[in-house]
Amino acid sequence: DTWISTQKKIHSQLSLPVYPLQENRQFGSKMTDSKYFTTTKKGEIFELKAELNSDKKEKKKEAVKKVIASMTVGKDVSALFPDVVNCMQTDNLELKKLVYLYLMNYAKSQPDMAIMAVNTFVKDCEDPNPLIRALAVRTMGCIRVDKITEYLCEPLRKCLKDEDPYVRKTAAVCVAKLHDINAQLVEDQGFLDTLKDLISDSNPMVVANAVAALSEIAESHPNSNLLDLNPQTINKLLTALNECTEWGQIFILDCLANYTPRDDRESQSICERVTPRLSHANSAVVLSAVKVLMKFMEMLPKDLDYYGTLLKKLAPPLVTLLSAEPELQYVALRNINLIVQRRPEILKHEMKVFFVKYNDPIYVKLEKLDIMIRLASQANIAQVLAELKEYATEVDVDFVRKAVRAIGRCAIKVEQSAERCVSTLLDLIQTKVNYVVQEAIVVIKDIFRKYPNKYESVIATLCENLDSLDEPEARAAMIWIVGEYAERIDNADELLESFLEGFHDESTQVQLQLLTAIVKLFLKKPTETQELVQQVLSLATQDSDNPDLRDRGYIYWRLLSTDPVAAKEVVLAEKPLISEETDLIEPTLLEELICHIGTLASVYHKPPSAFVEGSRGVQHKRLPGSAGSGESVESPDPGAAATETPPAVIPSQGDLLGDLLNLDLTPTTTTGPPPPTTSGMQMGAMDLLSGGLDSLVGLLHQGPPSLSASPSTTTLGGDIGGNPAMGAAFGAAPATMPASFNAPGSGGLDDLFDLGGGVGMPMGALNPPKAVWLPAMKAKGLEISGVFVRRAGVIQMEMTLTNKAMSVMTDFAIQFNRNSFGLAPAGPLQILTPLSPNQSIEPLNNLQVAVKNNIDVFYFSCQYPISMLFVEDGKMERQVFLATWKDIPNDNESQFQIKDCHLNSDAASNKLQSSNIFTIAKRTVEGQDMLYQSMKLTNGIWVLAELRVQAGNPNYTVSSVALAVRSLLCCVLLLTSCISVYFEDQHFVLIHNQSCLNSPTFILGRWKYLMVIQVYRKH
Amino acid sequence: MIGGLFIYNHKGEVLISRVYRDDIGRNAVDAFRVNVIHARQQVRSPVTNIARTSFLHVKRSNIWLAAATKQNVNATMVFEFLYKMCDVMAAYFGKISEENVKNNFVLIYELLDEILDFGYPQNSETGALKTFITQQGIKSQHHTKEEQSQITSQVTGQIGWRREGIKYRRNELFLDVLESVNLLMSPQGQVLSAHVSGRVVMKSYLSGMPECKFGMNDKIVIDKQGKGGGSEDVAKSGKQSIAIDDCTFHQCVRLSKFDTERSISFIPPDGDYELMRYRTTKDIILPFRVIPLVREVGRTRLEVKVVIKSNFKSSLLAQKIEVRIPTPLTTSGVQLICMKGKAKYKASENAIVWKVKRMAGMKESQISAEIELLPTNDKKKWARPPISMNFEVPFAPSGLKVRYLKVFEPKLNYSDHDVIKWVRYIGRSGIYETRC
Repeated sequence: DTWISTQKKIHSQLSLPVYPLQENRQFGSKMTDSKYFTTTKKGEIFELKAELNSDKKEKKKEAVKKVIASMTVGKDVSALFPDVVNCMQTDNLELKKLVYLYLMNYAKSQPDMAIMAVNTFVKDCEDPNPLIRALAVRTMGCIRVDKITEYLCEPLRKCLKDEDPYVRKTAAVCVAKLHDINAQLVEDQGFLDTLKDLISDSNPMVVANAVAALSEIAESHPNSNLLDLNPQTINKLLTALNECTEWGQIFILDCLANYTPRDDRESQSICERVTPRLSHANSAVVLSAVKVLMKFMEMLPKDLDYYGTLLKKLAPPLVTLLSAEPELQYVALRNINLIVQRRPEILKHEMKVFFVKYNDPIYVKLEKLDIMIRLASQANIAQVLAELKEYATEVDVDFVRKAVRAIGRCAIKVEQSAERCVSTLLDLIQTKVNYVVQEAIVVIKDIFRKYPNKYESVIATLCENLDSLDEPEARAAMIWIVGEYAERIDNADELLESFLEGFHDESTQVQLQLLTAIVKLFLKKPTETQELVQQVLSLATQDSDNPDLRDRGYIYWRLLSTDPVAAKEVVLAEKPLISEETDLIEPTLLEELICHIGTLASVYHKPPSAFVEGSRGVQHKRLPGSAGSGESVESPDPGAAATETPPAVIPSQGDLLGDLLNLDLTPTTTTGPPPPTTSGMQMGAMDLLSGGLDSLVGLLHQGPPSLSASPSTTTLGGDIGGNPAMGAAFGAAPATMPASFNAPGSGGLDDLFDLGGGVGMPMGALNPPKAVWLPAMKAKGLEISGVFVRRAGVIQMEMTLTNKAMSVMTDFAIQFNRNSFGLAPAGPLQILTPLSPNQSIEPLNNLQVAVKNNIDVFYFSCQYPISMLFVEDGKMERQVFLATWKDIPNDNESQFQIKDCHLNSDAASNKLQSSNIFTIAKRTVEGQDMLYQSMKLTNGIWVLAELRVQAGNPNYTVSSVALAVRSLLCCVLLLTSCISVYFEDQHFVLIHNQSCLNSPTFILGRWKYLMVIQVYRKH
Repeated sequence: MIGGLFIYNHKGEVLISRVYRDDIGRNAVDAFRVNVIHARQQVRSPVTNIARTSFLHVKRSNIWLAAATKQNVNATMVFEFLYKMCDVMAAYFGKISEENVKNNFVLIYELLDEILDFGYPQNSETGALKTFITQQGIKSQHHTKEEQSQITSQVTGQIGWRREGIKYRRNELFLDVLESVNLLMSPQGQVLSAHVSGRVVMKSYLSGMPECKFGMNDKIVIDKQGKGGGSEDVAKSGKQSIAIDDCTFHQCVRLSKFDTERSISFIPPDGDYELMRYRTTKDIILPFRVIPLVREVGRTRLEVKVVIKSNFKSSLLAQKIEVRIPTPLTTSGVQLICMKGKAKYKASENAIVWKVKRMAGMKESQISAEIELLPTNDKKKWARPPISMNFEVPFAPSGLKVRYLKVFEPKLNYSDHDVIKWVRYIGRSGIYETRC
């Protein structure tokens, strides 16, 4: 693994040096350094040691060079540490730098010896030469040894105030280095304030480095407001922007992008001062400026003249980026992809620049293709198609495939071009190039979906290529086409039969598709195909161990045997149309990525949290809301987004070919008994899935779920009742739990419907708004918000599941973690229709919860208000209350005040009653109303309380006393969902906990209050 | 920010390894080698994420430069920096080759220490760097205090690209307008896309701190002036002016002034530099037209005829003309006849290369080729890559003209008239392709 330096090879004939001669001469004498890489003898370390300790300066220097060369190659030369450090005190700057380089690499492994270097550093920080002062402070910051950092503070403080700007700019970065090693130290030493002062420094480079350092430090303290951007500092930054180096301009622009202007006027004035940067030669300056403009533009009213001017100014620099080096082009293209999605108007006339050049690197070609499709419109479609056709003949397989797919996307996007696209695709199929044909068939399937009954004449051509299809996606697409148009294909049965021969070798995707296609065929031509359908149903249900396939097989079987008319309605139902835009980035993610233009996040199209470790980059950035003339620019508010027609999406997976029956019923069947009775096929299947399936069929009668945007108002069958919010309910009292779990599958469904009936229950109790428990960012697009309510003696967890992703979600299931009160779902999560994009479903559920769907399992936790747990029979007998109250020693009492409650005692009493907190007695003493309250928790713990209300004084005092009656393991959760105490029999637990909480607890609304809780156990 | 910077040779051996941040370990060096340099497939992206570490790389001849980071860095900045790094190294020791990198590794480490601090790029102007990173270590010790502060103020200052006190006996300026014409033409002669990307490259040998102002026939400027003058002027100058789609400038140009007044004023760096880049798409003079004719005769023969026509003043001469006609992979033999220049079939490049040394304007020339093909069973048709062309012409295909370049140096006693100025226009082919 070592180098043998090859002797000078003659430079390739092409490249003559183009550099001025004198420079070559200047460094000509240095043509010997490569020799340091060559020595690899044994005993080398020993030799080096001797040389390092040599008296001769030159020899020393040579030796250090050899050490650095070895270090570079990855050899361990840490053994030479003391000898190298000895060379540090020298007046030869080159040698000094080499020693420093060594130190930075090995100090961490030899912390004790690294201390030896401290003195030299401290001395160098006082050197009259600013270059040496800066070098010392720069290097010291790179030595990550605690003991050294202690010594660094004083020199750093001096350097931050050095008279020379070169030293100050180096010291500014050093603060960030130190912060990375020991954040506390930096704060304690007050370096942050000094750094903030440097923003007002007279030297632009000092300002830029200070901004860079502060931005980095601020990233690890998300709430510190460290940068404290206000109009004054912004003004300083904008001034420095005009004067500093290209790199400094990038630091400042990236920092500016984090600022949110107060109004559209400020926003405009900043934009005006940033736009000149669009003409900078450095692409990074340009892209960072674009980022600032894209962000601040959100705040400008669209009718403003300036808004239009700005839009026009953005296009040329973006196009210019495409003449940069290929790597920069790639980054630019990835960003343009985002910009085009957010503001298509900017580049709509610039289609030509995205045409692929023959010699572009493949990564540039693929990105250009993506943007071409996004920009395709009626105006330019002819040109685009001509280009795409050209690309489809190129060499790179991925590129060709993408080009073919792009033709299909054009057809779907621009209706007028559909015909031309189809004929182009047919031409391509004629080439008989295997992967081109397959790709073309996959996209033609989508074209059929978009324009039904228009291009079926091409089916014959497609069928000719049946044999050459070897990829599952293409096979599935072809089978779908045959099934969908079975009545027009004379030999559809033969074609499908030919696929059936190797049924078990096909991928699931193809199997599912084949099953559906044959059922479709049967429904269209029942007479000739009975045998075929029997065959496929038995293959799917008996010979397959894939549950999806089996389940679908059973459902078809059942449908066909009970009610062929219904089967027809279901299987051959009209499919919703697919819309044009595909592969769009989810809007919230897009907004975040726009805030990260130019960075890796924009290259990966992923939020920084997806690839950055630790605390950095976890904050999600958002675009500022629009202001000004009241016209709302695409509001990020999900409610508003839902009212717009959201793009329905071509499912990317073949198994989502749009067949309604794709919805996966696994949750239902798995809770039921296992099905494998084999003999009497029809009857067996019927019995097995008795009640459950009946209901399901009922549901399916309702027709396909609409893919429309509005939160699903699909009524879930008559049994459930008209309230979509009440999908199902969960009995939560521990006693009822086991019963509902042991119930057989059909019983579960019955329960479900029964519970569903109880919609009209007293709603008087507090009705808190739904809170978002699981944000869509964390759960791949699934957003869950919900609330806990107690209705008719049952704890219910009402959840709204919203699909903010671009694909359909299915296979929902739910589970709770073990919790203090033993809450558990009463039944499985019933979501019978797949959740399509931007659709919401509102059935219900609690705590640490895991929700599973076809995409992943997501965990979240939510607090349920304690009032949920107060049972209805919590009213204690007066006598018992009195006895119990006296029974409890005074020191087990806790008191706290409820502030600002403007209710009189009667109103309070009523309000409490509605939450199952009962007033046992009331008396008035010295103008104070005393209310005696009792409540009982689901696990049998009694809580007694005295409420003192002084007329006119909005502050209540509550003394509460808890009495646990249950023995053995019982868990208490008291008045706060964050403290839970487990205690066992005979043990006495006392906790003092002060917690500040903000939860809708059992009284009258929300307050923040401080409380002391004492819990004790008593027989 | 950049966590580490590595330079590898073509075999993937590390030549330079400098780590700036603690989160980048030694294993990062190997990860890049294994996953990118030694990867079997062609590089699919210049950005690679390996085990949560992002690598951004560029390649110069067969040297790899890679920056590693674990943060969400400004990727554009990293690539710009890597290119800048190449420029700086080239300015110090010439071509970036394994030999040169090894020979100058100490210098490279010194440069890396200076231009990248904790992963943040610092001043990387070679003009400034060369004043204090000299590889003559002792020399910096001999700087006087004044010199030292001059260095630091230049490195950090507003005019970081020029030092004070420059003196020339003869004040001279060389200005080159270098343009590359890009064309994509359909076989029928329809222009699918065409643009000129141009550069104004200068070499200035001027004393003191001169203030320069550069003017060209920019349509916006001329129209603006035209409004002030007579309408005749507008008609006259309107023809000569060109519409510039976009331009970018060296950091010495005052961008805000350009934004408001569209005037290009600057204090130039000393020596070579690129003042501006621009792009035009309208009214481009396409110096050559390529007319291809491809005929497939049976399955084993191909007849190709290509005509080139020069489309500029007959008094001008185009040079270094080269037409590259791609041939199928199955070519077994080629027979060529050309009227002018020399033509050769290069089997290794799958192309016929036809070279013509010089050609005057308004002329035409042609080549015809008969290509024998090996019979194959391959159903796939030949993809027919486009015919590409190279040339050099002594004018600017965009029509750009330099109107003036004024030099003011208030402190020294030389005036604009004393400066000797040279202007040259060169138009070269960029990607100049015609599909066939």
